[in-house]
Parts: sequence; C-alpha cells; structure tokens
Amino acid sequence: MEGLTVVRGGREVLHGIDLEIEPGRVSGLLGPSGSGKTTLMRAIVGAQIVASGSVVVLDQPAGSPPLRSRVGYQTQAPSIYADLSVVENLAYFAAILEASSKRIAAVLDVVGLRGHERQLASTLSGGELARVSLAAALLNEPDVLVLDEPTVGVDPVLRRDLWATFHGLAAAGTTVLVSSHVMDEADRCDWLLLLRDGSLLASGTPEELRVATGERDLGAAFLTLVDAAEAGAS
Amino acid sequence: MSVRRTRATAVRVLQQLRHDPRTVALLLAVPCVLMILVHELFVGRPQVFQSLGVPLLGIFPFVAMFIVTSITMLRERTTGTLERLLTTPIARGDLLGGYGLAFALVAAAQAILVSILSFGLLGLEADHRAAIVLLAIANAVLGMSLGLFASAFARTEFQAVQFMPAFVLPQILLCGLLVPRDQMAGWLQAVAALMPLTYAYDALKRLADGLTGPRFWLDVVVVLGVTVLALVLGAGTLRRRTP
Repeated sequence: MEGLTVVRGGREVLHGIDLEIEPGRVSGLLGPSGSGKTTLMRAIVGAQIVASGSVVVLDQPAGSPPLRSRVGYQTQAPSIYADLSVVENLAYFAAILEASSKRIAAVLDVVGLRGHERQLASTLSGGELARVSLAAALLNEPDVLVLDEPTVGVDPVLRRDLWATFHGLAAAGTTVLVSSHVMDEADRCDWLLLLRDGSLLASGTPEELRVATGERDLGAAFLTLVDAAEAGAS
Repeated sequence: MSVRRTRATAVRVLQQLRHDPRTVALLLAVPCVLMILVHELFVGRPQVFQSLGVPLLGIFPFVAMFIVTSITMLRERTTGTLERLLTTPIARGDLLGGYGLAFALVAAAQAILVSILSFGLLGLEADHRAAIVLLAIANAVLGMSLGLFASAFARTEFQAVQFMPAFVLPQILLCGLLVPRDQMAGWLQAVAALMPLTYAYDALKRLADGLTGPRFWLDVVVVLGVTVLALVLGAGTLRRRTP
C-alpha cells in the first residue's frame, strides 16, 4: 500500500498511508474508534473509493476480479441475512464463493456455532451474529482474510480459540489482518499496525514496540507513541 | 454471470420470504381481496368490472413487486450484505437475475391466483386468458425492475415506501384505467405516454378485447424494453466501490 489517501464526507480520513502486510502471519490493525481502521480495510478489499495512492493485494490491484475469490472480508457490522437461518446464510455464501457444502460444518465448528444451524439469524445474540459473519468469510479458505473487529462480543474462551484459528490459518500461509480497538488483543498479533487519526503511528512486532517505547504494557506503549507524535508535530 | 450464483440468489430470496409467511400471505391475498372489492363496488354495473378487471390483473402484481423489491434491495444496501456480496465473485447480473427469478415466481403465483378468482368466481370474461396471466407476470417483473432502480435513490425505508405514491400512483391515475386517455388534457396524455404502465395497461386491454395486432406487440415490446432498461440502470447503481 503506497500513499493511500481516502476522503469520506468531504473530510480526509486516511492521509497517505504506506504499509506492507506480510503473508503467513497475523497482523493486527489497532487504533481507537474513528482512526480509519474500517476505511483502510475497505480499501484493501476494494470496496472503498480512494482519492489517491495504490493498494496492491497478491500482486494485483485491490478489488480486481481475480481477487474476489481470494480475499475474505468480514465487515464490522454483521453482514448476513437476519431473516435466514444460520445454515441458509452459509449455504448462500458458499454457493456464491463456490465453496463445497462440507465447509459449512467446518466453519461452524471454527466459530463455535454447531447446534445453531437451524436458528434464525435474527434470534442470535450480537456476538453470535458476528461469528456467523466471520464463518461466511472463512468458507472458501481465502488467501487473504480481512477481519474487522471479529472478536467483539465474544466470550473469553471462544476469543482464545478464534485467535488460535487465526494463527493456524496464518501458519498455513494465509495473510490475516485483524482490526481491534482493544489494546489487550495486541499481544496476540505477530505484527502490529497502530493507526491514529488516519495516519500510521507505528508498526512492528509487539516486542519491537515495547523496546522502542520502553513500556511493558502495549496500551502504555501506544500512548507514548501518541505523545511522541504530538510533540514532534508541535 | 453464473447459473449457480443466479440460482443460489433466487433460492435465498425465496427462503427469506418463506421465513416471513405473513408477507407471503399478504402478497397472495391482498390482490384477491381488492379484486373482490372492485367486483362488489360495481355489482350493479357489470360492464365496469369487465373493463377494469383485466388491467387490474396486471396492475396489482406491478404495484406489489415494486414495493417488495425496493424495500428488499434497500435492506440489502443498508445491512451491508450488498457490500459484502460485491467483494465476492458474484456478478451484478447474478444478483439481479436471482431477484428477478424469485420475484417472477411469486408474481406468477399471485397472478394465477387472482386470475382463477376473477375468471372462475367473479365472472370476468376475456379471450387469451393464458396470455393475460403471462402479461401480468411481465408486469410484475416490470414493477420489480423499476423498484430495484428506485431503491438506489432511497436512503431509508421511509423514503422507499414514499416512492410507491410518487412513482406508481401517477402511473395508475394516468394509464387510462380511470379515465380513457383520449379524454384527458393534452399535456396529461403526453405525460402518460412517458410512463411504462400506460403500455402495460394498453397491452392488457387489447388482449382482453382480442386485439392482438401490431399495436399490441408494440406495447409488449415497450414493457419488456423498459424492464431491461431499468434492470441495466439498476445494475449501474450497484457499485463495488462506494465513498
């Protein structure tokens, strides 16, 4: 990604971002609400009109037709059909993504929703809805997974399991990008991208960020980086 | 375009309807009830029912599909499922084709039911009954494609519902159903000539009167042409990239 600038509603929300995401590891996109995480992810999946800059995914321009079956995207709000059952939702997305119907049971296991197959999505809790939405993104085993806050509203045990799943996918060669506004998830990532007010504040492994700031706690490290950036700006 | 994705979309839309039996019941029952009302309203003047009946067979599915489609599509836009679908390999034609197929089936059920009622129980007389049912289905698909296109201009469901009186009611008023078009003011006739329902009305009327000459086929071509045009314009409003 080079010089990515995005204007939404007359306001520049991403200011010329350069970054590279390596395959085979879990990268975390962290930053407070409104920092531009979702916009950045939409640019990667090709859903965002960009003002300038370029985004290249798997050697192709973001959003180009060959990428549509190779990039999985989970939107922040659960984008599934509330008036369909869990399995009907997944069967539809499986047909669209040309995934085998065997994958439906597999992804239900991953997100811990076995036994909810026949339940109408509108009767699920917020966290369960998000997990159906995540399951749909996993159906065709994409090479790149872009997950916008996949662990919101998920209980601690399942959250641990989901992170294990993300690392399992990364170990198998998938590029996983996960956003979160919760700093305590930062330690679970192999690589961190800290976003604030539409600019990339820092990137590196959790350990590198600790060493660079001298803080043990990544939340404190983030604050130190913010202070440093503001001191540099003024 | 892919057959599998089009079919999957049609199945999905029908499944959504199946989970909403009240909507299905309304879709099927309301036109029947309205037809009975019209019949009873003109019980002393059966010739009025004879002249209104056949055009109404086509207008009811047109209105119902316009509303159902514009709301369903708007929902698809606002819940984020459209954005998600457009990041997948689905072609916009698959999506619209799937909608078209599913709603055409519903429209067929609706048209057949009202036709059985009208021809069987209410004593409506007409030639070419099978063709009338087919034309009623074509009208439903026309309503669907216009609804699809209109939904692009609504931000909320309140707005989408208002499109019914805004887009559809003027067409019903001016198509010739209430007042023959040659008795309208000249400028109203000109406006009516720009409205697709006018041609749908004429086609049904001619068919009922057994007038299947070139003018009839011209009306049919206009109805089908506008349907395709609205679908193409509607496809243009489904953007993979949004601000």
